[in-house]
Amino acid sequence: MKKLSLILLVLLIGFSVYSQDDEKRGRRLPSIDLRNADGEPFNTADISNDGKPIILSFWALWCKPCIKELNTISDEYIDWQEETGVKLIAVSVDDARSSSKVKPFADGNDWDYEILLDVNGDFKRAMNVNMIPHTFILDGDGNVVWQHTSYSEGGELQIIENVRKIIAGQEIDAH
Amino acid sequence: MKKLIPVLITGLTMIFSGAQAQNFVDFGQVSGSFQFDGQYYMEDDKLGITDSTLDGKLFRMNGFGNIIYTNGNFRAGFRYEAYLPPIAGYNQKYEGHGIPYYFAEYQFKNIQITVGNFYEQFGNGLVLRSYEEWTLGYDNSIRGARVKIQPYKGIALKGLIGTQRYYWEPYANGNRGIVKGIDAEFYLNDMFNGMADAKTKIILGGSFVSNYEKVADKTLVRDTTIYKYNLPSNVAAYAGRLQLIYGGFQFNGEYAYKINNPSAMNNYIYKNGESMLATFSYSRKGLGVSLSGKRIDNMSYKSRSSELGEALDINYLPPLTNPQAYSLATIYPYATQPNGEIGIQAKVNYMIPKRSKLGGKYGTRIELNYSNIFNIDKQPVAAGIPVDSTGTLGYKSDFFAIGQPKYFESFDVLLNKKFNSKFKMILSYVYQAYNIDVIEGHTGEPIVYTNIAIADLTYRFTPTKSLRFEYQQLFTRQDRGDWVMALLEFNIAPKWFFTVFDEYNYGNPDKDMQLHYYSAAMAFVQGTSRIALSYGRQREGLLCVGGVCRAVPAANGVTLTISSSF
Repeated sequence: MKKLSLILLVLLIGFSVYSQDDEKRGRRLPSIDLRNADGEPFNTADISNDGKPIILSFWALWCKPCIKELNTISDEYIDWQEETGVKLIAVSVDDARSSSKVKPFADGNDWDYEILLDVNGDFKRAMNVNMIPHTFILDGDGNVVWQHTSYSEGGELQIIENVRKIIAGQEIDAH
Repeated sequence: MKKLIPVLITGLTMIFSGAQAQNFVDFGQVSGSFQFDGQYYMEDDKLGITDSTLDGKLFRMNGFGNIIYTNGNFRAGFRYEAYLPPIAGYNQKYEGHGIPYYFAEYQFKNIQITVGNFYEQFGNGLVLRSYEEWTLGYDNSIRGARVKIQPYKGIALKGLIGTQRYYWEPYANGNRGIVKGIDAEFYLNDMFNGMADAKTKIILGGSFVSNYEKVADKTLVRDTTIYKYNLPSNVAAYAGRLQLIYGGFQFNGEYAYKINNPSAMNNYIYKNGESMLATFSYSRKGLGVSLSGKRIDNMSYKSRSSELGEALDINYLPPLTNPQAYSLATIYPYATQPNGEIGIQAKVNYMIPKRSKLGGKYGTRIELNYSNIFNIDKQPVAAGIPVDSTGTLGYKSDFFAIGQPKYFESFDVLLNKKFNSKFKMILSYVYQAYNIDVIEGHTGEPIVYTNIAIADLTYRFTPTKSLRFEYQQLFTRQDRGDWVMALLEFNIAPKWFFTVFDEYNYGNPDKDMQLHYYSAAMAFVQGTSRIALSYGRQREGLLCVGGVCRAVPAANGVTLTISSSF
């Protein structure tokens, strides 16, 4: 057990050194098999937006703050898109109980987002999402450059502010 | 533990030697997350909590740390968990710490191989689903090996073998089953060029799962004769599914079958199991409608036939009820009855268009949901043998018949309206009929009928400062009677949250239990790190996520949660 703890400690220290490097460079998305809104197979490596930034938002039908965030952004989304060309991908982590109700829900709420279904949490785990809402911003090259968990009124302003900075080529604080 | 060290060493060797190999990129990437949930408990006369009921364990914590290493097509990771001791309400078998989850995965062109622990779901999970839900303390990960192959475009094959997690108990010969499974999925429009542009899209799938268990002898005495159960060592289950997409229309259906599987869950009856789940939906921008039907008949499937708890499930049976988010609407949550249920759910989401008379400037969002769930029809297998008698075929059941009693019914309406850039409002009404006898095992208690009204108002003073007020009222003549709840939340986005709330059970027929469950909480968020501290009384109840529930005992104390990821 002591040996093991030592190995783990070394690993952790080693990792944290790397991860600092990663933060500067940004992390790429893992390749995970999911479904799109229609339930067709989709791989996360195919996520792209023609060189423009992407907002990746993890949510679920049972998560009120997630829905509030996505409804709030929905009211501004046309303006955001016109200004920055950003695309929002809403990744639902609903399981088989609700996954087939996600598309009707998104349409019924008048959302224009691209929807992905992470029915067994594979993408959520690979992205280290503990709690939702958890939002990532990807730069035009598909690197994760910013992430944030939780939402309250006004949280969306920070998201679009960071998207604007990416477009302008400015540095953004990774958190 | 012995097995773990070689795995880690191999992983390490690959990481460091791999750094020089050509097909590895730099040093790869590391990401991870951790969470700490700690609770300090206090005595509370009203709740009957004393030092002795707390067993002296005044401080309890659950925590995990998760590390994933990725380098090109190689991924490896592990999760450390500690429950010292587990928070009240979690299974106390979790007490201890260690590494219950580790894996290495490699993708070579169209083949992906995983060794160690993994989570997997075939179709809707009716015959196989392994998953974890930290907030519930649920984890049935499979430890073994899994292969995924895409031999041809549109075809996805999966095969796996392994044993499931049972708290900290290591697998040893015969203490639980060995699960094997294969799944195949065919996306016809990808497979056949002629169908590539067809408006109708078709996905077909099929699964086969088998559990091998070394079963112990089990006997039964009936009229002085001793009978020995002939228990199957291999229990097979299979399922077929179909998905059709035509424009805004979708159909998703799955049927599953399981051979006789006498177990503690079904009182050792020999009936085969069946399960059917179908959802039809239509949606276009501004409108979404879905209609689901489900039938479950003797479908509990665990990798240990004597297991009665919420562990070692091989399959997953989703409930057809609307997930509730407001606290008083979660007092009576439905949980799937694996031994038999038949039900429907209908859900409509509609947005009254923006800039219309009714919709206003921002439009108005409406949600309606109706669910109704009954027992399946159960008739005796022969005259004189009661339904569900152990050692028999259990019962006969008409596939389409609705049985008694009613398990659950609910009707929800939700209105979501933004008036202007400062003021938003959500109003909701929920009606529920809840069979507390069957769902919570409160034998003989009548069905609980509730009427719940909810108002959730948000006012934004400045672009990032807002005040949220929630008011909820639950009316019922059964169980613990009426409740009222009020909440006030002050937020400074995106970093600060301050909340106070009180749930008051003023209608409790027991005057001494007409209690206030007050709580105050604050949270600070910096990027992906969140620190939350709360103090107050916690109501006894069920915490449910995705249809699996955990009983939460009444408590009084301080809770600290720290969560982060990188």
